[in-house]
Amino acid sequence: MMERYEIRLSGSGGQGLILAGKILAEAAAIYEGRNAVQTQSYGPEARGGASKAEVVISDGEIDYPKALELDLLLSLTQESCRKYSGDLKKGGILIIDSGLVKDLPKGEFKVYSLPITEIATEKVGKAVVTNIVALGILTRIAGVISEESVKKAILARVPKGTEELNMKAFDEGFRAGNELLS
Amino acid sequence: MSNDHSGRIRMMQGNEACAEGALVAGCRFFAGYPITPSTEVAEHLSVKFPKIGGRFIQMEDEIAAMGAIIGASLTGMKSLTATSGPGFSLKQENIGYACMAEVPCVIINVMRGGPSTGMPTLPAQMDVQQARWGTHGDHGIIVLSASSAQESYEQTIRAFNLAEKYMTPVILLLDEIVGHTTEKVIIPDESKIEIVNRRKPAEKPKDYLPYRETEDCIPTLAPFGTGYRYNVTGLCHNETGFPTNDNKIIGKLVHRLVKKIVMHADDIIEVKKTMLDDAEIGIFAYGSVSRSARSAVLKCREMGIKAGLLEPKVLWPFPKKEVLAMARKVKAIIVPELNMGQMAREVELASRCAVPVHKLGRVDGNPIDPREIVDMIKGVV
Amino acid sequence: MFNYLEYIREKNFPHIWCAGCGDGIVLKAILRAIEKSGISLDETVMVSGIGCSSRTPGYVDMNTLHTTHGRAIPFATGVKHGNPKLNVIVITGDGDATAIGGNHLIHAARRNIDITVLLYNNYIYGMTGGQCSPTTPTGSRAATAPFGNIEPPFNTSGLAIAAGASFVARADVYNVANCEKMIAMALAKKGFSLVEILTPCPTAFGRRNKMASPVKLMEWLRDNAVPAAKWKKMTEEERRGRMETGVLMDVDKPEYTAEYEKLVTSLRTGK
Repeated sequence: MMERYEIRLSGSGGQGLILAGKILAEAAAIYEGRNAVQTQSYGPEARGGASKAEVVISDGEIDYPKALELDLLLSLTQESCRKYSGDLKKGGILIIDSGLVKDLPKGEFKVYSLPITEIATEKVGKAVVTNIVALGILTRIAGVISEESVKKAILARVPKGTEELNMKAFDEGFRAGNELLS
Repeated sequence: MSNDHSGRIRMMQGNEACAEGALVAGCRFFAGYPITPSTEVAEHLSVKFPKIGGRFIQMEDEIAAMGAIIGASLTGMKSLTATSGPGFSLKQENIGYACMAEVPCVIINVMRGGPSTGMPTLPAQMDVQQARWGTHGDHGIIVLSASSAQESYEQTIRAFNLAEKYMTPVILLLDEIVGHTTEKVIIPDESKIEIVNRRKPAEKPKDYLPYRETEDCIPTLAPFGTGYRYNVTGLCHNETGFPTNDNKIIGKLVHRLVKKIVMHADDIIEVKKTMLDDAEIGIFAYGSVSRSARSAVLKCREMGIKAGLLEPKVLWPFPKKEVLAMARKVKAIIVPELNMGQMAREVELASRCAVPVHKLGRVDGNPIDPREIVDMIKGVV
Repeated sequence: MFNYLEYIREKNFPHIWCAGCGDGIVLKAILRAIEKSGISLDETVMVSGIGCSSRTPGYVDMNTLHTTHGRAIPFATGVKHGNPKLNVIVITGDGDATAIGGNHLIHAARRNIDITVLLYNNYIYGMTGGQCSPTTPTGSRAATAPFGNIEPPFNTSGLAIAAGASFVARADVYNVANCEKMIAMALAKKGFSLVEILTPCPTAFGRRNKMASPVKLMEWLRDNAVPAAKWKKMTEEERRGRMETGVLMDVDKPEYTAEYEKLVTSLRTGK
């Protein structure tokens, strides 16, 4: 039984992180029958600024809905990495976009650096699926929710006609995560 | 309802759960104006209503939206609007109209920080007194609170039921965290959900009095267009609904508007108790903060501190009896809330100085962290 | 003889209006226009705001809704959208509709929702004791313009036309036959319709502006409210300070509740 696993997805407005958070939460709650809570925090900007989405997954009841001590932080921008990494717990996981995050925060956590945006633009061919590439990476590295559940949740959320593109994005991310781990 | 796990499971944010609850409650009219952080309620219903013949309209301002739902309710439609702090302020005059004319309707306020434009995207619970006293004049009001998506769904249904039963506006308060937190909602089978509809007149139009004196103090308003030609006004009025300057009748009317809620308080008030039986420290918390409080209670129990939680699901009428009962058992009460003590003063009043009441208020846009509550409890112990 | 008793709530009389007020004349014109248009009293709702004119619904035997100041149009919008089968008439005044309720007036006109607004323009806040309103003529005196009003007034009908109303007319209580006709036309119109009805207020406006006698105000209307046919022949010089009466705008365009119904049908049938 898992108590509380806390994930924070951070970047700038418009990168689709809130959607990614919803997908993760749905994967855990609907397809794995666990409890999951997704919250968000955003500024006045629809695009840009620092934005974050949080997902708390647990096999028990989730009272406090926000993250307290992060198990995993994903940062797609330098600003969000600086702003949101303070809550990472000892031994936690930090996944960063190597093309966009240059200064690493100091702390006792494992850092996984991957060219997330580049994978989306170069390997998948569309920057818009950066969030789904990130989900693939995160799924593999965190190992908390199954690949199958996340894929089902993605398919239930993305617009019709984009399923193939999104599956490709997820697979590319998952593969990149796998390469990094092995 | 929340104990029934036979229903469908859906992931929803609090705002969407409110919209879904409204649909199930039989609401078929929404008028609103965009405002963060409540807008998803409107957006969701703008998709759903036209498909089922419900009526959605985006009005030119908050005041108009409140007026429109009162007008629609008088045609017999269960009507809803949703707003946040500044919009809630603008709606107050017409909320008072709905109290005075006894028109059922539901107002959802997803609270953000104030005063003024304040913190549009950040949570607060600064409107709990405004919900009680925001409109001018003496009146009774029903105000509900929700702390999760599940409760947002259930409390919206209850808000409509209470509005229809007591012929009154009902306010449902969420805060930004509850409105925007996506989590599981178990949707029960519709046949298991209790739905209340307003009374219809039993008499013929010629014998009909819309505001007839009754033992339960609740009027019976016939939908417009059904042959009952009566007058509705925000002026003090007599049983016929026409304005009056007769002081005796005016006094009776205002007394009845207050009594209508007070005399039914036991039916309206609802609280949830967690580990309160043997508690030495009582926490009074509502909305998103009650979740922090629950975490804190569990943490305290692990440390051997006997903490317990009283969670009002109805803020107004205030659960005086329940608070007094808690005050007589515990050694201290802690009231964490996202304001500077708006409900803490009610707790103080209701506890009649039986125990010290400690305020834990936050007004900086951050949620209250369970650890803050634990620290305060440790300090008090 | 037209039987007014069939349309009124006799027990609520005598009315509250002052001697010489034009509101009673408008009330009678409305009742005759309702009879002419053949609409059923059971299916008609009269909605008003706050002010002298807004007391009209109290005297008319139908579902009546006396709302908050300036907000008759939003309440009426709720009634109409809630049950589009109902005929909805709004009674309002110049202060109610063009000051505190100005935003609602222009948006209901833009939306073109099928309600009939009868706007009694007496150039003053009568009920509160004669303060100046958005239609008080420049130079006129009011309780809050003791040295003469320095603001220019609204052209209320022009405002409604510019905002998109499908029917706009101006009438006055001197020319009662035209007033009745304009109201009947407005009731028959599918869409947002507005009749601006010029009506005297001897108590609050006349007394301060050398027209204390109701006859003086009636004469002022006779001389300054000009039927369209005559208006066309007038020079710019002759028109100054005067108002054209009659139909000012009459077009057919999509009505809000009908458009909403179309949307519902198309979503349900997929067509």
